[in-house]
Amino acid sequence: MPDKDMRDVYCETLMELARENRDIVALDADLMGADGLTAFFREFPEQSINTGVAEANMIGIASGLSSMGKIPFANTFACFASRRIYDQFFISSNYSGLNVNLTGTDPGISCQYNGGTHMTFEDFGIMRNTPNLIIYEPSDIISLKALVMQAAASPNCTYLRLHRKDSNRIYNDGETFELGKGKVLRDGTDLTIIATGFILVPEALKAAGLLAEKGINAAVIDMHTVKPIDEDLVLEYAKKTGAILTCENHQAATGMGSAVATFLAANYPVKVVTHGIKEEFGEVGALPYLKERFGFTAEAIAELAANLK
Amino acid sequence: MSLKKGSGEMELKALKIRKMIIKAIGDIGIGHIGGSLSIVEVLTALYYECMNVDPENPGKEDRDRLVLSKGHAGPALYAVLADKGFFPVEWLATLNQGGTNLPSHCDRKRTPGIDMSTGSLGQGLSAAIGIALGCRMNKFNNYVYAIIGDGESDEGQIWEAAMAASHYGLDNLIAFTDYNKMNIDGYTRDIMNLDDLGAKWSAFNWHVQRVDGHRTDLIVDAVGRAQKAAGRPSMIILDTIKGKGAAFAEEKLASHNMAFSPDDRDSAIAALTEKEKTYA
Repeated sequence: MPDKDMRDVYCETLMELARENRDIVALDADLMGADGLTAFFREFPEQSINTGVAEANMIGIASGLSSMGKIPFANTFACFASRRIYDQFFISSNYSGLNVNLTGTDPGISCQYNGGTHMTFEDFGIMRNTPNLIIYEPSDIISLKALVMQAAASPNCTYLRLHRKDSNRIYNDGETFELGKGKVLRDGTDLTIIATGFILVPEALKAAGLLAEKGINAAVIDMHTVKPIDEDLVLEYAKKTGAILTCENHQAATGMGSAVATFLAANYPVKVVTHGIKEEFGEVGALPYLKERFGFTAEAIAELAANLK
Repeated sequence: MSLKKGSGEMELKALKIRKMIIKAIGDIGIGHIGGSLSIVEVLTALYYECMNVDPENPGKEDRDRLVLSKGHAGPALYAVLADKGFFPVEWLATLNQGGTNLPSHCDRKRTPGIDMSTGSLGQGLSAAIGIALGCRMNKFNNYVYAIIGDGESDEGQIWEAAMAASHYGLDNLIAFTDYNKMNIDGYTRDIMNLDDLGAKWSAFNWHVQRVDGHRTDLIVDAVGRAQKAAGRPSMIILDTIKGKGAAFAEEKLASHNMAFSPDDRDSAIAALTEKEKTYA
């Protein structure tokens, strides 16, 4: 049987949490089905709120619920979660010291045929401005479940950048994860590829294979948490390999790579190349086209890495 | 502590609160005096008559709650909370000073008795809906109150919230509009005309009343009727006067965030003290 889609694992995780804790509440703004939450809404009608197409109101309601001791998970596409309602999330949720878990689905090129209006390459950048907010993008179904469980237990607000469809399996069942702590997927000595998310982590692993064929020994890190960035791990691998390539389905200037580069510039300057979107809007297309278009393939990553070395 | 309606006690309390606000803002010389003074009576009615809150137990789970969505009127709420004993009255002298627990805009993390942080207009009513839903989930027999501004009603999120509160049938939510007829840049009718505000809320299926917002007795009665409105939320439109009770600010367009002198402060307080004597 094929693995479940990311959104289905997400929904199952929330349902598992909700069975144990009646304070778990799921909210959506008319994308309940698209976000994969139909089963949750059906099983827990008393713990479900659909606000209609009103994302700002959804975040306000989630904040009010949090002030009542509830643990809300508010869901919508990443473009609306970030660009559309940042002030509401910033003030009503984060500034207010509440515990709102916001999930933005279909980030970056994963929105495919919804195209440039929905193609969110800036949500990390926007969200990174928020004090104490935890920002994460799991790369597969195993890490997704583990990290959502931790987000639910965290007193902080969280932003989950969630690839909706399809499935990845990078980790074995039972693997453990910690928000804020990256995972070394492959050790290496020549350079380190630090990747984030469902699309770039597998491509980075493949790229390391291509590099090995050329005699380049690249380490690969799954940096599932973008904020707080795992400074200890970044420092360790900067010292160990002396060169860093970051890869993300996001603007290169403001995302995970920016966090890595800023930290290293101040603490252990090595050559850092940040791979992502440069000064461009998104566009429509199928995933294979978009991966080629924006250089999110193992081959493109391997070429950048080889040039870096 | 409940004040006896019709005895003059509520009116005297409102005068006292008004003086505390003018003193607190006047001591630093600038602040949101206009929109603070226009909501004195509704706060007096709520905190001294309608609301179930306990300064000795401010975190009581099933207490009533207030979201001051027009968060810039924080100084009015601070005066009431101080007078009620949620924190020392001396704190009022620290308003907007560095390190204070009493910032211009309401901050639930800093100020005892503040239920929700507000200040970015349009957001508070949505939070009040979330609180009301949370109270309903917890099966509390209580009320959630919210105060929005008339200028704030230009915000689209207010109408998202208006639609949602009636959709969810939140009869534990009672909101007020401080209808002082003034935005920041001019009269509300000129900046963005609200037309028939009551008809708008009625069209969103709210129970709607309109009362003199400077009559505590009428506000208390309206809240009583709102509490009996089963199955839907209530909006009480308060006809108010921006800057009410301070000659330098009353009905002045500039009163939104206004600088005023110690002389203005002192003469306004003196005038209110004179007025108190009429209730003696």
